[in-house]
Amino acid sequence: MSTTDRFVPDRLQSPLEQRLKSWETLLLLVAIGIFIANSFASPYFLNAWNLSDATFNFTEKAMIAFAMALLIISGEIDLSVASIIALASTAMGAAVQLGFGTPALVFIGLGVGLICGAFNGVLVTRFGLPSIVVTIGTMSLFRGISFIVLGDQAFKGYPASFSWFGQGYVWWVISFELVLFAIIAVIYGVLLHKTNFGRTVYAIGNNATGAMFSGIRVQRVKFILFLLTGLMSGVAAICLTARLGSTRPSIATGWELEIVTMVVLGGVSILGGSGTIVGVVIAAFVMGLVTFGLGLLNVPGIVMSIVIGALLIGVIALPRLWSMWRTR
Amino acid sequence: MLKRVLTSREALLVGAIVLLLALISSRFPSFVAPGNLTNVFNDTSPLILLAIGQMIVILTKCIDLSVAANLALTGMVVSMVNVAAPDLPIVVILIIAVGLGTILGMINGILVWKLAIPPIVVTLGTMTIFRGIIFVISDGKWVNSHEMSPAFKAFPRAELLGLPVLGWIAIIAVIAFTIVMTRTTLGRAFYAAGGNPHAATYAGINVGKTQFWAFTISGALAGLTGYLWVSRFAVSYVDIAGGFELDVVAACVIGGVSIMGGIGTVAGALLGALFLGIIKNALPVVDISPFWQLAISGGAIIIAVALNAQANREKGRIILKRAEQAT
Repeated sequence: MSTTDRFVPDRLQSPLEQRLKSWETLLLLVAIGIFIANSFASPYFLNAWNLSDATFNFTEKAMIAFAMALLIISGEIDLSVASIIALASTAMGAAVQLGFGTPALVFIGLGVGLICGAFNGVLVTRFGLPSIVVTIGTMSLFRGISFIVLGDQAFKGYPASFSWFGQGYVWWVISFELVLFAIIAVIYGVLLHKTNFGRTVYAIGNNATGAMFSGIRVQRVKFILFLLTGLMSGVAAICLTARLGSTRPSIATGWELEIVTMVVLGGVSILGGSGTIVGVVIAAFVMGLVTFGLGLLNVPGIVMSIVIGALLIGVIALPRLWSMWRTR
Repeated sequence: MLKRVLTSREALLVGAIVLLLALISSRFPSFVAPGNLTNVFNDTSPLILLAIGQMIVILTKCIDLSVAANLALTGMVVSMVNVAAPDLPIVVILIIAVGLGTILGMINGILVWKLAIPPIVVTLGTMTIFRGIIFVISDGKWVNSHEMSPAFKAFPRAELLGLPVLGWIAIIAVIAFTIVMTRTTLGRAFYAAGGNPHAATYAGINVGKTQFWAFTISGALAGLTGYLWVSRFAVSYVDIAGGFELDVVAACVIGGVSIMGGIGTVAGALLGALFLGIIKNALPVVDISPFWQLAISGGAIIIAVALNAQANREKGRIILKRAEQAT
């Protein structure tokens, strides 16, 4: 197991050759390959508006994936993100019934996300509980609260100005969500790769004890990462709710899996310590293109989930099989 | 000795269950009538079966989130087999169910053992893959009661001494696995592999292989439960037992199984499952909407895991605070 246990820093200043061999380059080639295959498979694929629609497949998930990437690099995980979307969406829906306007809705969506993230963060960092179990618990708890509030009902009647967050276009086919996705990607890229905070995230993921001895406030950094993940879930909840125009307690079911898959596909080590935001961005496009392409070919959603599940396992298994085969 | 027994997690849980029953019976005495309690136990049997398997997996520092999907896939396969060949004896159906469940569990186990992929990733993946396969083989259709043969539906409901076969199977599994976990080499290996993997390796235990067996057992129990589930409810479709894996993990955590591995008993898993089962059956009686159940399960997981962490905290003087929580 010595070959797979070896940790590689997030990105060394590598020569061109090494960069060409990197996971990101490989992923980019895959993305281009899928793009070409799609355009041959369906005549409807190469259409500016269709491609614009395809971006909605991943923009909301990717927003959360960026924060999740940081969390996974630090060695933790949050499986409650989809349930945070449900709870934030339910809170916004309830606020609409009480007659609140768009600014208040945005505030509530972000607020609920932050509170949920803080709840996870406190349980993990203050009480020292393993994040997998905590977030499996809060995954049922948060969505459970939505079910208590809504039952089999739905909230509707969101104001038109609110819908713009999910349905608005900034310019021609460039949607507001796509722009927001790009802005968030840049922010997280800078945060992870260009700031002290980002370096501490890698340090914690590689060796939390060592990081603590180096004077890093491990628990505080992890708490902030849970907060960020909650916040991004709130942002995604706003976009998704605005796009759908209604809230049911089953909203965004199973997204936690797709988001984790996106992060892992992007080259982030599930064991923590390595990964890049660029990888996650490309992985988002790959997954968006795959689901959109399959959708054009009339493949039902649940069959796509087989592909997603296989992708998740395959992406981790293939490099390990490869290294086992090479060291044989 | 007596003090140790009385302060054990199991004794606490028995106390909590008795208290819960007393609370319910103070308002609704009919709930604790023997007939109803038998019903509650029978209703909780699938959860008990899966919780035993899950406990073994968690003992070895792993987690199996694919159990409910395994159950649903096996259930769909046996009900389709039954539709295609209604005359097949129940024994054959049982063999198919356990066999298929075992194979699905082995797939998880191999991926964890040979490729050293984190169990949570493996089982999150296989969970969706199994569900997807159900859709593919069934074409999204339901197998309904009238399509199943009478013998197929009768088996888990047949009563012996007032308790249906389903309940008896749970009892047998509890006894069998109590013996396996306390009296066999494999059983002790599960504890060793999770309690201290390095020491276990030096003691000659192959940790990866032990984890593989844990997943295999969990899969076999899920497969068995798959048949029992579809025949009892006399229906099979893609989403049966959706989200049930969370209840199973909750039952284990409530039952004092440490998510860090190495700590837990069959009795604990049984009591954890009963605790959840009683709550679930009591909700409609005390007139609370079933929509509360998900939140209650989630809350129970969080409270239980917090209590476990308190109970397992090292008693000695902590010279150096641990920075990383073992994951």
